[in-house]
Amino acid sequence: MGHLDYALLFIQTLNGLQLGLLLFLVASGLTLVFGILDFVNLAHGSLYMLGAFVCASLTFLVGNFLIAILLALPITALIGYGVERTIARALYTRDHLDQVLGTFGLILVLDTLAHLIWGPAGIAIPLPAWLDGQIELLPGVVIPVFRVLIIVIGLLTALGLMWLVNFTRLGMLIRAGASNRTMVAALGIDIQTLFALVFALGATLAGLAGMLVAPITEASIGMGNNVIITAFVVIIVGGIGSMKGAFVGAMLIGLIDTLGRSFIDDAFKLFMEAEAAESAGPAVSAMLIYIIMAGVLAFRPQGLFPPKVR
Amino acid sequence: MKKLVSAALAASMLTGVAWADSVKVGFVTTLTTPAAVIGNDMKNAVDLAVEHMGGKMGNLDLELIYGDDGFAPDTGKQATDKLVKQDDVDFVAGYIWSHVLLASRKSALDAGKFLISANAGPSPVAGKLCHENFFSTSWQNDQTPMAMGEVLNQNGVKSIYLMAPNYAAGKNMVSGVERTFKGEIKGKDLTKWGADAQLDFSAELAKAKASGAEAIWVFYPGAAAGAFIKQYHQAGLKDVMPLYTSFTVDAISLPKLQAANFESVLGSRITQQWDPSLDNAANKKFVSDFKAKYGAYPSFYAAQSYDAMMLIKSAVEAVGGNMDDKDGIRAALKAANYDSVRGKYSYGNNNMPIQNFYLREVVADADGNWTTKVVATVYENHQDPYAAECALK
Repeated sequence: MGHLDYALLFIQTLNGLQLGLLLFLVASGLTLVFGILDFVNLAHGSLYMLGAFVCASLTFLVGNFLIAILLALPITALIGYGVERTIARALYTRDHLDQVLGTFGLILVLDTLAHLIWGPAGIAIPLPAWLDGQIELLPGVVIPVFRVLIIVIGLLTALGLMWLVNFTRLGMLIRAGASNRTMVAALGIDIQTLFALVFALGATLAGLAGMLVAPITEASIGMGNNVIITAFVVIIVGGIGSMKGAFVGAMLIGLIDTLGRSFIDDAFKLFMEAEAAESAGPAVSAMLIYIIMAGVLAFRPQGLFPPKVR
Repeated sequence: MKKLVSAALAASMLTGVAWADSVKVGFVTTLTTPAAVIGNDMKNAVDLAVEHMGGKMGNLDLELIYGDDGFAPDTGKQATDKLVKQDDVDFVAGYIWSHVLLASRKSALDAGKFLISANAGPSPVAGKLCHENFFSTSWQNDQTPMAMGEVLNQNGVKSIYLMAPNYAAGKNMVSGVERTFKGEIKGKDLTKWGADAQLDFSAELAKAKASGAEAIWVFYPGAAAGAFIKQYHQAGLKDVMPLYTSFTVDAISLPKLQAANFESVLGSRITQQWDPSLDNAANKKFVSDFKAKYGAYPSFYAAQSYDAMMLIKSAVEAVGGNMDDKDGIRAALKAANYDSVRGKYSYGNNNMPIQNFYLREVVADADGNWTTKVVATVYENHQDPYAAECALK
């Protein structure tokens, strides 16, 4: 690798930031549900998928992607509420393993449901022309407009969540529930409604992530199954139940994964044969996030920013 | 009551025994996961072939059994095992993915079955692992990108950036382009593949642009195709780095790309051994009947699957329906004496086709639907580069 290309480094950092924010949207919902409800929801990724599909169908119906997002968000919240009432509520008191089995089954059901409704092929979402172009942020730094939109929406959502969790009554109940659920119930708070709200909020966040990713890739069956694994890695690294942990974890994972994919093979070429570097590079960059997770579990198993637990 | 049911079941199973007047074909493809779009296209073509032959091969009834490989080698091997051991098929055909074929081939070949690949063409099956009972109605993975390398040279492209998924076929494709392309390869990226394939190429596209290469070549089959083209379009690279693709833009991805209006793909160039516009009687019938029945153009996967069924039919008819005449079937398969939709071709010593490769361009047809048409012939009667490694004569 010759001189360090600062424009490329900046672009890759922005790409990493964008990936991190998408991961944060998924992980924040997951950490809320796992942290407060103590509920392992593998089907969280299916809510991500359903959000994408609903938005895709609405975009074709309404003709405008942004309006479709605004309409799809409450629909996803409703779906999340439906899942909470029918499936999650029955499993709260059960063992984590039962929850894993139950929600795994839910993934299969939702995948097949999506197959029945939308067919096996993915749906590509058309964007309006102004979102399809590029923007030059700095000289030599050209980025697709849509990615900037993802970063903007991601940051706004993160700020909104931070305000919600730290400065509202609901947020106070959420933080209390993450610390000590039994005490919150004992203090007379309506746990049922709180849980339903948190679950629906988590579903909406996951759905929003799906809606933002679908115009780049496509809305397809099983798209959530891969992102859920990365989301679990994020919340393990960040600390379960902690919004701050989810944010830092997501940014860390997003940046490391992207920068790894961008620069590892060049780094390897410094001390390896080109052919070996080309095989080892992609393999190592795929493993990086799991190596980090293993490291966190080994040295700080409660995560980087665990919620204060009494 | 239970005894009655068991007796009835036993009786029905007796009637299901394969008498000598039926031929069984097992077809392994991907019927679940997002990659099922390809499998469904192949299934449509196979169903159309069965319709065209009236459900019979010669004087034998055709019994067709589908297997699903779930886009994973172990699932594909299990599906093959079931077809070979439980269903006792005479022919095993299909296989989209190179890694699935490599995992499954032994199950079929060791049991003495004939194995016809309708798509995957990894270098080992054409070279060191060639087998007298293995035939291909597609190509060897390196050939199509080799033709692409030749096209790049002809177009005066001096430098290129390569991207492909990190698995057997991806590596074959990259090596294919490297074999014939005479310019400079500015960079190469092999991205994560499999059921949870990497679909966000922002980092790699940024690297490609920064490399200063004149053009970009990619191999991204299935769902990744749409994702890549989308991101290529959104990155505004059409005028900066023209796009050359292998097995990425096809009749499956084009309708989706058209619906989402990704015009960057019009005018892009592809190399292949077949095109819907090829002018021969078998192809005209295949394409028009496929369009009439399914409402879309067939992809090359479909064309190859249709050919696989017709090849098997020609062999069954050549031995007069005598499935015990293995040598006769083998010789008939090798003769390739049927009307292939790509035109006449022959088999090399390794049972891989020796055939023409064409340069195709993405255009809009008379009805405004995006499809491809042949622009030039790149190779005539091209043989794959691994034939010499095969021990068969």
